[in-house]
Amino acid sequence: MKIAVCIKQVPTREWQPRLDDDKTWIREGDASFEMNEPDAYALEEALRLKEKHGGEVVVCSAGPARVAQVIREALARGADRAIHVEDDGLASADAFVTSAALAAAMKDERFDVVLTGLQSDDQGFAQVGVILAERLGLPHATIIMEVSVEGGALRVKRELEGGWFQWVAMPLPAVLTIQSGINQLRYATLKGIMAAKKKEIRKAAAPQSAAARQKIVSLYVPEKGKKTQMIGGSPAEAAKELVRRLREDARVIQ
Amino acid sequence: MILVVAEQRGGTLNRATWESIAGAQQLAGVTGAPVAILVPGSQAGAVANDLAAAQVREVIAVEHPALEPYTPDGFTAALADAIGQLSPAHVVMPHTYQTRDFAPKLAARLDRALVTDVTGVKGAGGAAAFVRPMFQGKLTADVVAQGPAPHFVTFQIGAYRVDQAVRGAAAAPVRALTVTVDASTIREKPEPPFQQAKQAVDLSQAERIVSVGRGIKEEANIDVARKLADALGAEIAASRPICDAGWLPMERQVGSSGQTVAPKLYLALGISGAIQHLVGMKGSNTIVAINKDPDAPIFEIADYGVVGDLFEIVPAMIAALKA
Repeated sequence: MKIAVCIKQVPTREWQPRLDDDKTWIREGDASFEMNEPDAYALEEALRLKEKHGGEVVVCSAGPARVAQVIREALARGADRAIHVEDDGLASADAFVTSAALAAAMKDERFDVVLTGLQSDDQGFAQVGVILAERLGLPHATIIMEVSVEGGALRVKRELEGGWFQWVAMPLPAVLTIQSGINQLRYATLKGIMAAKKKEIRKAAAPQSAAARQKIVSLYVPEKGKKTQMIGGSPAEAAKELVRRLREDARVIQ
Repeated sequence: MILVVAEQRGGTLNRATWESIAGAQQLAGVTGAPVAILVPGSQAGAVANDLAAAQVREVIAVEHPALEPYTPDGFTAALADAIGQLSPAHVVMPHTYQTRDFAPKLAARLDRALVTDVTGVKGAGGAAAFVRPMFQGKLTADVVAQGPAPHFVTFQIGAYRVDQAVRGAAAAPVRALTVTVDASTIREKPEPPFQQAKQAVDLSQAERIVSVGRGIKEEANIDVARKLADALGAEIAASRPICDAGWLPMERQVGSSGQTVAPKLYLALGISGAIQHLVGMKGSNTIVAINKDPDAPIFEIADYGVVGDLFEIVPAMIAALKA
């Protein structure tokens, strides 16, 4: 099986947001980055599919030069080679532009299955995988919690809301967006890290034709919807005061 | 026209549709366009009649056998046809898992903008700016859709209340619209939905909930939270990463993929407040957040907040409760 996995590099969970001078994007120089968590689960699922059915895993990422960090990490975990669509404009691109960049670089590869995370922890569109499927002319399923390949076709478990699930069958090739928690992640071994250095990263140019479909006119720290009463002091003082307010003001405990 | 696409299954309406009607009515206040509702399905008529209570210009039932069971191919084909006939300026939907499955495909097929997970609408020099969270809720963006109409918009679940949707003085007219779908183009074959395990715990009935997130750090530490839950007479729950790791069973998960709860007291320990979690608990009466990160989005919706080390604060709370 020829398996593609699309990954994105996003700011770390610990990152404290800082805005650029225009207040329409973040100050990237201040941020540290990591692999988008749902994409890490998609990568793991791709590696498991390869272990079961053979073939190769190709990592695809659209972003500026810094994205090479997560591409190398994916290669170290076991992916065979990579495609990097490199363009500074892709750092803040919308889902249309990102999926156009990926589709242009991926279409001639004729992958059997394309996996990606259900959404990214930065802009959180939850669109790229589905738009990519449409651009590649493939069927898709989203928010997947189990993948099985039977007789050249896919059968996948789709998560619905409120603890419900559904199995969906579809022909290959297809695109799946993967939910976090579908599997247990592996980490790169030293051997994997060494091997990754020799693996191919093909650079591709971003297509110039893709027009952005949305524009951020303002980016800001959220306005508080509620008046939060912050309770200070030492841990013991804060705990005591919190219990007092829950008893006497909110009256939600005895 | 602002076209709201209702979500229903087998004649049962997803209530998030009413939230989207409220959002569409707010959008109408910015653009001045009238609101209409489209109900897709194989038995859309009854739901269309119910939705006619909303203050809208009309309700349009789009019935086709290819629309049930739901498939992204069937929905994309039917809605692309309907939207072509109706030429709306905006197409509005609730940001449900089903919408997330087909809306990007539909927008890509028509090569039109899709702004997802929207929590509000503002005027921006004649155009509409859509307010949406970014970076896990650490920042908020005002986004303007680009390119020709229609622009697709999905509203975050809970961003509007059902009772915010304005009802009309009289029922809106209901009509049928015929669409063409070639059933042979539908590639996905869905099986009936099922529940994984019988839900032994119904968190929606709990009066008090102590919920743990990544800040609990390791499985053994869940005992600290359990002791607090015992002292409060509360059920224990968790955000998704904790259940993914197997530290608590999936049935204890609160959020868009787990249970939706609205207890008297929701005490969040080490939960940063990702949107997927907030949608499952923001209806709680009193929300308490204990987190070491003062910028954690959970504090935006908390009634009481304590910034600090939960491993110091929680034992002190247990002591205070017993005093």
